[in-house]
Amino acid sequence: MSTYVIRRLIFSLFVLWGALTIVFLAVRAIPGDPALMMLGTDATAQEVQALREKLGLDRPLIVQYAGYVIQALALDLGDSLRLQQPVVGAVAERLPTTGRLALAAMLLAVVVSFPLGIAAALRPGSIIDSIVSVVSLLGQSIPAFWVGIMFILIFARQLRLLPSGGDETWAHLILPAVTVALPLVGVLTRLVRSGLLDVLYEDYIRTARAKGLPAGAVMRRHALRNMLIPVITVIGLQLGHLLGGAVITETVFAWPGVGLLLVDAITNRDYPLIQAAILFITAIFIAINFLVDLSYGALDPRIRVQ
Amino acid sequence: MTGRLSPAEAPVAAEGLAAVAAGAALVETARDGRAADRSRLRRRRLVSRLIVGVLPLALFVSIALLGPLLVPYDAVTVRTGERLRPPPTVLRDGTTAPLGTDQVGRDLLAQVLQGARISLAVGLTTVAVAGTIGLVVGVLAAFYGGWFDTVAMRLADIQLAFPSILLAILIAAVLGPSVTNVIITLSLTRWVTFARVARAAALSTKEREFVQAARALGADDARLLLRHIVPLAIPPLVVVATVEVGLVIIAEASLSFLGLGTPSDQPSWGATIANGRAYLNTAWWISTMPGLALSMVVLSVGRFGDQIRDVLDPRSLSRG
Repeated sequence: MSTYVIRRLIFSLFVLWGALTIVFLAVRAIPGDPALMMLGTDATAQEVQALREKLGLDRPLIVQYAGYVIQALALDLGDSLRLQQPVVGAVAERLPTTGRLALAAMLLAVVVSFPLGIAAALRPGSIIDSIVSVVSLLGQSIPAFWVGIMFILIFARQLRLLPSGGDETWAHLILPAVTVALPLVGVLTRLVRSGLLDVLYEDYIRTARAKGLPAGAVMRRHALRNMLIPVITVIGLQLGHLLGGAVITETVFAWPGVGLLLVDAITNRDYPLIQAAILFITAIFIAINFLVDLSYGALDPRIRVQ
Repeated sequence: MTGRLSPAEAPVAAEGLAAVAAGAALVETARDGRAADRSRLRRRRLVSRLIVGVLPLALFVSIALLGPLLVPYDAVTVRTGERLRPPPTVLRDGTTAPLGTDQVGRDLLAQVLQGARISLAVGLTTVAVAGTIGLVVGVLAAFYGGWFDTVAMRLADIQLAFPSILLAILIAAVLGPSVTNVIITLSLTRWVTFARVARAAALSTKEREFVQAARALGADDARLLLRHIVPLAIPPLVVVATVEVGLVIIAEASLSFLGLGTPSDQPSWGATIANGRAYLNTAWWISTMPGLALSMVVLSVGRFGDQIRDVLDPRSLSRG
C-alpha cells in the first residue's frame, strides 16, 4: 500500500510542478510588454518601468522562474494589481463560496441520479430506460451557461420566484446548484445504469437471488456495492472539477467564488491574480485526483498490487 | 470492463466519460447478439439509424455554408431604428426579422447563421488539428517509445491536471480574441485525448503478427507506420473525434461567452448569448435563440457520436 501511495504522491507533485511551469510560461508569453498590458496605454513610462521591476520582468527568464517557484512554495504570489491585497488571500477568501456551490450541486446530482440509474437498469429497454437516457443525453449536451441564463429568464425575471445573482441567502444557491448539477446527473445516471447492468448478470447475483434473498437486499448488499467503485471515482473527479470553480456558471449567476474572481481578473488584466487563481484551482484539482487514486487503491485491492 | 478504470485511465474519465459509456454499449451488444444473423440484423439497424442521425448534422452544415445567401443582410449591420424587435417582426423597410433584432437593431437570424459558421469552422478545424497532432504524437510515442514517449505522455499528464476549460481560458487570455486564436487554444487543450487513444491503439497494433511479418519482410519504419499502424489507429480516433466536436463547440461558445473567443465583429453563439444577458427583461429572444441552435447542434452531434460508437467497435476506445 505504501509504495502505491508514494508513487501517486510523487506523480501528483510532478504534475503540480508542470502546472506551475505552464502558468509561468503562459503569463510570460503575453505578446508585447506585460507591464504595459497590465497598466493600459495611458500609463507613464516611469510607471511601466516601476511595475517591470516590481514583477521582476527586467531580470533573465531563468532567474524569474527560480524566484517564482520559491515564491509559489511559500504561498506568496505577490499582490493583486487592483484589489490591493495579496493574491493568495484573495483566492482563499473565495474558496468556501465555491465549495458551497460544488457540494450542493454534487449532493443534488447524487440524490437524483442514483434512483434514475437504478430504475433504468432494472428494466433495460423500457419506457423509463428511454426517458432516462434522453434526460441524461440532454443533461450532457445542453451547455450549462445557457441553461443558467434560461433559468434566470424563467424563474427570476418572468416568475420572480428566485434571485438571479449573488450568494446572500439559501435561495440564491438553488439556480446555480441546479445548473451545475444537470450535466452531472447526465454523467452519473449513465454510469449507475451501465455499472448496474454490468453487475446484475454476474454469477454471484444469481446465487444471491437463488438462495432466496429479497430483491432489495440483493440490490443493496451485492449489486450496488460492486458497481460503486467507478461511480465514486467519477464523483471524486467531478468534485475536483467543481471545486476548481464552475467558472462559467459562477459568471452567469454572479456567484462570488474563485471562478468569478478569475474571470474578473482576466477582464482587469490582473496577471498576478490570474496566475494565483489558476494555480489554486489546479492544485485543488490535483489534490482531489490524488485522493481519488488513494480511495481507488483502498476500495479495490487489485489496483494496489499492479 | 465497463466500470473498472485503472488509475492511469482516470484523468481520461474526467475528460468526458466517453470510454465508460462506450463500454456500457459494448456490454449490451455482447449480451443480446448471440446468433450471428441477429447481430448482422442489429448492425444493419444501427447503420440505418446512423443515416437518420446524420440528417440534423447535414442540415447544420448546409445552413452554416449557405446561411449568408438566405438572409438579405449580414450579422453586424446596425439599424438603430429597429432596436429590440421581437420575433417575428416585419421591419419598416418591408423585410422580416424572423428571430427579431438585438439592442442595436442587428438581425438575430443573421447572427445565428453567422454563429453556425463559426461553430462549424472552429469545431471541425480544431478537431482536425488536434486529431492530427494527437495521431502523430501518439503513434510515434508508441512506435519508438523511449524518451519521446516519456516526455509526450508526461506532458499529457500535466495537461490533464488542468480542468480543460481553465487551460483554454489561460491560453485564450494570453493570445487575445480571434477565431484563429480560438482554434489554436482549443487544439492545444484537446490534442491529449487523441494522442492517448492513438498511442493505445498503436501499442497494441505494433505487437500484432502482420506487423511483425511486414517487418520480417524488410519493411522500413515509414512503411510500417503508414501502411499498417496508422490505418488501425484511425477508427478509434474517429469515435473520439465525434465526441470532441461537441465538446469543442461548447468550449468555443464558453470562451466567446466570456469575451475570450471571437472578436465583436464576428458574432458567435456564445457572444450573442452573453450580449443578450443584459436584456433578459425586455428581449428574451437575444440569449434564447443562439442557445437553442447551440443545444440542438451539440445534441445531434452527441447522438451521432453514440451511433457511430455502436457501429464501429466500441472496444477500440478503451484498448490498452
